Amino acid sequence: MSSPKVMLSCRNVSIRYQVGDFKNIGLKEWVMRRLTGRYKVVDFWADRDVSFEICEGDMLGIIGTNGAGKSTLLKAVAGIMEPTRGRVARCGKISALLELGSGFDGDLTVKENAYLRGAMLGYTRAFMDKTYPYIIDFSELKDFEDRPFKQLSSGMKSRLAFAIASLVKPEILILDEVLAVGDGAFRAKSEAKMREIIKGGATTILVTHSIGQVRAMCNKVLWLDKGRQVEFTDDVNGCCNRYEAFLAGRPK
Amino acid sequence: MMFGRLKQHQFLFEELVKRDFKKKYKRTILGMGWSMLAPLLMLLVMKIVFEQFFGRTVNHYTTYLFCGLLTFNWFSESTNSGMRSLFTNAGIFSKVNVPKYLFLFSVNIQVLINFALTLLVFFAFCAIDGVPFTWRFACLVYPISTMLLFNLGIGMVLSALFIFFRDIDYLWTVALQLVMYGSAVFYTVDKMPSNMQLAFALNPVYRHIAYIREVVLAGSVPSLEAHLTLAGFALAAFLAGAFMYKHYNTRFLYYV
Repeated sequence: MSSPKVMLSCRNVSIRYQVGDFKNIGLKEWVMRRLTGRYKVVDFWADRDVSFEICEGDMLGIIGTNGAGKSTLLKAVAGIMEPTRGRVARCGKISALLELGSGFDGDLTVKENAYLRGAMLGYTRAFMDKTYPYIIDFSELKDFEDRPFKQLSSGMKSRLAFAIASLVKPEILILDEVLAVGDGAFRAKSEAKMREIIKGGATTILVTHSIGQVRAMCNKVLWLDKGRQVEFTDDVNGCCNRYEAFLAGRPK
Repeated sequence: MMFGRLKQHQFLFEELVKRDFKKKYKRTILGMGWSMLAPLLMLLVMKIVFEQFFGRTVNHYTTYLFCGLLTFNWFSESTNSGMRSLFTNAGIFSKVNVPKYLFLFSVNIQVLINFALTLLVFFAFCAIDGVPFTWRFACLVYPISTMLLFNLGIGMVLSALFIFFRDIDYLWTVALQLVMYGSAVFYTVDKMPSNMQLAFALNPVYRHIAYIREVVLAGSVPSLEAHLTLAGFALAAFLAGAFMYKHYNTRFLYYV
């Protein structure tokens, strides 16, 4: 049996954020602070030495408390950020769904937004023409097609976002807190859809606070805590148990 | 290299251009006419105010004025909307990995079309003003191309700065005033002292206006030196902008 193809590998990825006074201060304030020596920028490592590897058809769950560095890691994986140190190697088209509902334009209609999003994800117009009916059908937004996006409810917005990202057949799909939204019926539908994608060979990364979802769907799990890698393993249940024990033992 | 990626993102670029149009004109038919009417009203005001001072010494003063306004307005509109183009799309580039200059280019397409419409009105005014049309009008393609490149370059620099310093727009409003009064939009420069002449020679917007006036009003082809100067300004601005974008490409994210 040949070993499965490695789709994504992160080696010793460290990402440094800068926090401090530099945001939103404007030029005159910047000059003033520089002159008076009150200008402070603090380095903050969002991720340190994170290494993992996923192969074709894998579904990786990333778990960790708030501020563990999950979203930052995904930004590096998606190529939005460059890792400060280390290397991200990806193979294939990535469809990243980071922070649902953002990146859509409130003034454009559902249809225009779907095309814009498709374009952002790197697809062609011909592909979108062909896929759009499925997207609108899957997201159950047929009646809202020509409504401005800002008039939709947040559940509808995330349905559309999920439908676009999942139906466009990426080779690597990144889902950040996606399944936490939508009503029960849609959640069941989207989970079924994701299983279908995984069966179809897509490699998926799922970031969630729902341990149940990780247990049910993932075959690998990466646990981050305060930017450090606690575990990367294919022993999903064991890791989830330890993580839950960690959560329970944490002072409230 | 830059244009290779542009080709690859053609679909996204088209969608962005469409979006910018829809947002600018709010899907109204009058929207576009409105933005052409604004420079015409400005032309009217300036003509009424300044014709008595400068109209006597300048032939075809209305056309003279329009040459200046046409160019300056384009510069002003392009840089003003270009400045905000990166920031307003922060929601996109912080979530999806796309070339960041697409936003600036897209908004400039919209501004360019607006300019093209105003240019048509300008030609109509030339005809009414009795300016003879010659084959040399074809030369206008040259300053329009260099001005476009120049606008893109300044737009890149400003949009990058705007991410870092949100109060740049106030400074730019003042700078635009200075450019407006320093570009001989409504007055003539030939009686100025020589040190002032040098300042005009170094003003890219003025040089573009001067080129256009030479073609339209004098009906002659400007010198080789004029051509090289315009190309130099355009190239310098564009390279400065491209450098900013390349250098800060991954750092914009920290500021939005």
